[in-house]
Amino acid sequence: MNEKITNVLMVGVGGQGTVLSSNIMSLAAMYDGFDVKKSEIHGMSQRGGSVFSHVRFGEKVYSAVIPMHESDVLLALEELETLRWLNYLKPDGKIICLKENILPYNVQEYPQGAAGFISENFANSYMVEPKELKAILKNTKVLNVALLGVLSNMLEISDESWKRAIMELTPKGTGELNIKAFETGKKLKFD
Amino acid sequence: MNKKKMLMSGNEAIARGAWEAGTTVGTGYPGTPSTEILENLCQYDGVNCEWSVNEKVAFEVGLGASYAGARSLVTMKHVGVNVAADVLFTSVYTGVNGGLVIVTADDPNLHSSQNEQDNRHYARAAKLPMLEPSDSQEAKDFTIKAFEISEKFDTPVFLRSVTRISHSMSLVKTGERTEHKALGFQRNFPKYVMIPLFARERHKVVEKRLIEIEKAIPSFGLNQSENMPESKAPVGIITAGMCYTYVKEVFPDMPILKLGMVFPLPEKELMEFCKMFEEIIVVEELEPFIEDYLKARGVKTRGKDVLPNTGEYSPEMLRQAFVEEKSQTTPIAEMPFKIPPRPPGLCPGCPHRTIYELLNKMELTVSGDIGCYSLGVLPPFSAMDTLVDMGASIPLAQGIEMAMGTESAKRTVAVIGDSTFAHSGVSGLINAAYNNRHTLMIVLDNGTTAMTGMQPNPLSGENIYHKKAWALDYRKLGEAAGLKSENIMIVDAYNNEEVESSVCELLERNELSLLVIKGPCIIDLRKKKKASKA
Repeated sequence: MNEKITNVLMVGVGGQGTVLSSNIMSLAAMYDGFDVKKSEIHGMSQRGGSVFSHVRFGEKVYSAVIPMHESDVLLALEELETLRWLNYLKPDGKIICLKENILPYNVQEYPQGAAGFISENFANSYMVEPKELKAILKNTKVLNVALLGVLSNMLEISDESWKRAIMELTPKGTGELNIKAFETGKKLKFD
Repeated sequence: MNKKKMLMSGNEAIARGAWEAGTTVGTGYPGTPSTEILENLCQYDGVNCEWSVNEKVAFEVGLGASYAGARSLVTMKHVGVNVAADVLFTSVYTGVNGGLVIVTADDPNLHSSQNEQDNRHYARAAKLPMLEPSDSQEAKDFTIKAFEISEKFDTPVFLRSVTRISHSMSLVKTGERTEHKALGFQRNFPKYVMIPLFARERHKVVEKRLIEIEKAIPSFGLNQSENMPESKAPVGIITAGMCYTYVKEVFPDMPILKLGMVFPLPEKELMEFCKMFEEIIVVEELEPFIEDYLKARGVKTRGKDVLPNTGEYSPEMLRQAFVEEKSQTTPIAEMPFKIPPRPPGLCPGCPHRTIYELLNKMELTVSGDIGCYSLGVLPPFSAMDTLVDMGASIPLAQGIEMAMGTESAKRTVAVIGDSTFAHSGVSGLINAAYNNRHTLMIVLDNGTTAMTGMQPNPLSGENIYHKKAWALDYRKLGEAAGLKSENIMIVDAYNNEEVESSVCELLERNELSLLVIKGPCIIDLRKKKKASKA
């Protein structure tokens, strides 16, 4: 192990499973022997609002908060939320974006062009079609874990630890489905 | 032995620490970011927990348990300490028997609060020690240490967390529980009965105790200095709590004095550290608590000259304030459109929506209160005119009536949630009846304390263990306080017509009235359905 700290910022909208995803990743990193810190906010600010979770792992982690412009990966479960948090990304950082559009309260029409903007301006962006995943998994509630599969190809955390964390933290009876989601994400091909 | 590493939030770690320390009593009132401490503590064997009706009661119950010899933990958010301030100050005079630790969870940046007060000032004002951890491991260790200090020095002890400690997760080495048996209450008039005769003497004890604690600080092992230079150096940093981790992130090799105990401050240790440097930088969120202390002792400090008294700090904030070169930024292309904010809002299907649509339509003055329903201030409802503190809605409406006359009560309503009503709305109701006011008090009863994550309360018929409990009877309460029976109505939140007709009718009567609008929180309902299926 070296002194490098890996930073992943996970963002989404309340109810999408952002916090669960970050819990899974943190636990998986712990199983692999890393020091881990994770930070998020819950309470009033999250009633249907935007949700974020900072996950950091390495040999020794101090701040639980990722410094601005230092995130190695931005994992986003929604298009607008991807744009909202771009300033945390490293210049050469990777983006995993689930192409979901969730209309914020008090907005009449979903702004067009977010996904295109991301693909055009960020070479390291991985745009995930939710339709494709839903068709394979026949379930809409495990997309967050499928995205962890995509993420796992970018991080030094073993598959064994990922799967152990998934089994431990996902609701009873959904473990196998979540493992399938993880593996499906892992095998996704990007252009 | 059996030391296991676990990933824990600060709140889980505090609960774990209390359990390992042999705590047998836990009390509190839900409040972000403190809530999960008691929710976790009540899951351990051997601890008797309760959600109290408010923070003052929680503190008093905890103090009683301490007098009887139990180690007890009392939890609340920063503004909860305002509610408990009365018992806080005098409990420092009586001291304790079993260890008593009070957790104050502060909320810099007001993620879920009405103000961002810095409760370190309470430690100084009430004269009790305060410990402040910087991660989950310390949250656990400092909780145990706080119990030891409490018993050794016969004083309640504060443990201060902030949102970023309470809700962040990091690794914790867990240990075993050391049992602590309560031996029972022992009569001791001069210690526990604070009539002036005895309290005068106890105040002297408090002053002496603080001096003794300050002398003993090095023995606690809570403060640490790092990267100390051999001879005088240009800059040293003094910090505590979460800010320490930001300092380490940005200045890993700088000399640092990290304080684990933020009150009393260690004068000797601080002065010795400061002597080693030309300049001292103090990094602390919110108030210049440490910096003012140093300035008063003639130390040349920096900190609040460049860092704000508001909000949370972050690594990049320190970098911008103290590092000359501009930090590297990502060149981001012009966004294709302005990103619309995604503010929180009342959930789709929330039972509170009906009343807010109506209040908006009727253009009444709405004296509001604290909970999920505070979101009624936001569009599309825009139907809340005041929000100050827990329980204020009912008395505030009475004040408007006193200023503007009885007729004004036809255009003003007080809106309060069930948990908040039990917390401190009831005293406003009694006050209104006693003083012959004409307020329409509307209780939005969703059966739970939703905002903080579904804790049962005195109106939900359940206790902290989700066992059946007595549910306060609105009708009997209102009648006992002096309301006319016909002025107390209980309606279904989803029956729009009934809600509207009762509001109109009660306002028209222009008499003191209580309207309870009942509809279960939909998140709670969904959770319970899921649980019953499993």
